[in-house]
Amino acid sequence: MESWKQNPRVFWTLGVPPSVWLLLFFIIPLGFLFVMSFSDKAVIDGQVSITDYDYLTGFGNYIRSMDPLYLGIMWKSVWISALATALCLVLAYPVAFGICFAAERRKPLLLLLVVLPFWINLLIRTYALIAVFRTQGYVNKILGVVGLGPYEMLYNNFAVIFGLVYVYMPFMVLPLYATIERLDKSFLEASLDLGASQFQTFLRVTVPLTMPGIVSGIILVFIPCLGSFLTPDLLGGANALMIGNVIERQFKAANDWPFGSALSFLLMYATFGALALRYLFSLRSKGVDV
Amino acid sequence: MPDTIVSIRNVTKAFPGGVTAVDNVSLDIAQNEFFALLGPSGCGKTTLLRMISGLETPTSGQIIIGGEDMALTPPNRRPTNMVFQSYAVFPHMTVEQNVAYGLKVTGVPADETARRVAEALEMVKLTALAARKPDQMSGGQRQRVALARALVKRPKVLLLDEPLSALDAKLRDDMRMELTRLQETVGITFIIVTHDQDEALSMASRIAVMDKGAVQQVATPAELYEHPRNRFVADFIGKVNLIEARVLRQIGRKLDCEARGLGRLELVNDGLVGAQIAVAVRPEKLKISETEPGAGIRVRGKVSALAYYGDTSHVVIETADGLNLSVNVQNDRRSGAGAMERGQSVWAHWAPEDSIVLTE
Repeated sequence: MESWKQNPRVFWTLGVPPSVWLLLFFIIPLGFLFVMSFSDKAVIDGQVSITDYDYLTGFGNYIRSMDPLYLGIMWKSVWISALATALCLVLAYPVAFGICFAAERRKPLLLLLVVLPFWINLLIRTYALIAVFRTQGYVNKILGVVGLGPYEMLYNNFAVIFGLVYVYMPFMVLPLYATIERLDKSFLEASLDLGASQFQTFLRVTVPLTMPGIVSGIILVFIPCLGSFLTPDLLGGANALMIGNVIERQFKAANDWPFGSALSFLLMYATFGALALRYLFSLRSKGVDV
Repeated sequence: MPDTIVSIRNVTKAFPGGVTAVDNVSLDIAQNEFFALLGPSGCGKTTLLRMISGLETPTSGQIIIGGEDMALTPPNRRPTNMVFQSYAVFPHMTVEQNVAYGLKVTGVPADETARRVAEALEMVKLTALAARKPDQMSGGQRQRVALARALVKRPKVLLLDEPLSALDAKLRDDMRMELTRLQETVGITFIIVTHDQDEALSMASRIAVMDKGAVQQVATPAELYEHPRNRFVADFIGKVNLIEARVLRQIGRKLDCEARGLGRLELVNDGLVGAQIAVAVRPEKLKISETEPGAGIRVRGKVSALAYYGDTSHVVIETADGLNLSVNVQNDRRSGAGAMERGQSVWAHWAPEDSIVLTE
């Protein structure tokens, strides 16, 4: 961090454009939303205006968002995201482990397969899931062959969680892969040599030593899950609203930007909370070489 | 031979891709021995050690430890413990937790664990650092942790993979003594893998010299040095002058040979008439004199290189036929090799019985 003092011109040349960009297109709009969250739609001549606002009128929007209806949706968003994240972790760990222990020349191909879904638009992938899970979909057709079903698999929490796991899985695999790959395999061998079983080795050595990757993966999956609106919108239907859908509706259908802003900031505070937990965790496990 | 603790029988390890790391090796290692596997890198010594620990599986052959065939015994059930080259001290545990790990996972009661951990830490003099994390320790201290962690398990055999290679020179000397002392104290069989001949010669009671996956010779350090079995061993252990020669005939207990650069010479040995041999002489067995000596194998040459080391000087003498002979001169007089000059014409000579006859 000392080097910018030695080369101030390089620092300013490289540092100013992105800073200006972030200021103009991120910080200022965010500030605008922050102000908006304490504002209300203007009432002109007894009519609620569509385009004008009374700025900084108070905490009304935040008080409104404490309504059990919204709190319930927020709580549901948290547990759906948590469950999706946990499933991602459980599924991604063996995948990452498998790639790390695969033959060196196969690794690039396997990693490519993990990120391959990113090459297809999210919307298309989500519609593809509908084709798989709808009443006349592929799963039900196959189940029908063995005399089962058809089951209603769409427009419920199951579909949303499945969709989230499907979409965010690579964000879990990649950080896990990065830490497992860097893990010195002689730690695992030492554990076995000292009499630990494979399972004990996994719990007592592998998991603690790959904790940085686990935490990164959890954050990378949990945060976008919490704010996601496309997946619950398409797969969840009316019964499986998440907070992202509510926010989207405030900004679009309901045209209530002040309330949408307040909900957005509440979501952001929740995210900060998750990051703060991560920071506390990193302080606690300082001994581990991250 | 006293009781055999580790018996390696016709063990071969071939890796996919056609590399045979260990090729039909048979070895018997006795109880309480300090045994060294010595060889250049890639000779298969580490693979052999890992097969003893169970971390690698032999392609064929048998490994018997304490009378039991280990073929179906995974590493966590073998009576062996390993000190890894990288030490592999768990970074997320304190020193004490590291040492206790092997006892904890096998269900040793807490009070016994505590007692044995304390003993082990005492043994490697780390009691004061028990609460430290490995990243707050030096390489030498981490190695002691790895040692204590392995010894606390009371293995029948302790395996050490290049234990000193990551330490600096001063620490290496201390640790060498430390390991010898430990081995004598605990009375456990040590098998050490090393590429450093000094390390093997100074610590081990017996050494197996390996090259290209095969054992070249198994012997005590002195025997390896004075009676190497083949050219590889003679060359790998210490410095040596190797002179190609052909046996012409045998006269009584003596061989009449024609050697490259030396001409006719007589060696003490049997048989081998007509064989192509190598005559090996250690540099310290050679003497230099300015006048022609009366007896022994002798050759005239010029001093072509001279390095002064204080206690000894290394002199290279080049004969008229282009043979280079290395000579170690003990500077036991204040006017010794220091008085020699490059280009000076001298005689190199040695006693015939100091020549080693190598057929392989």
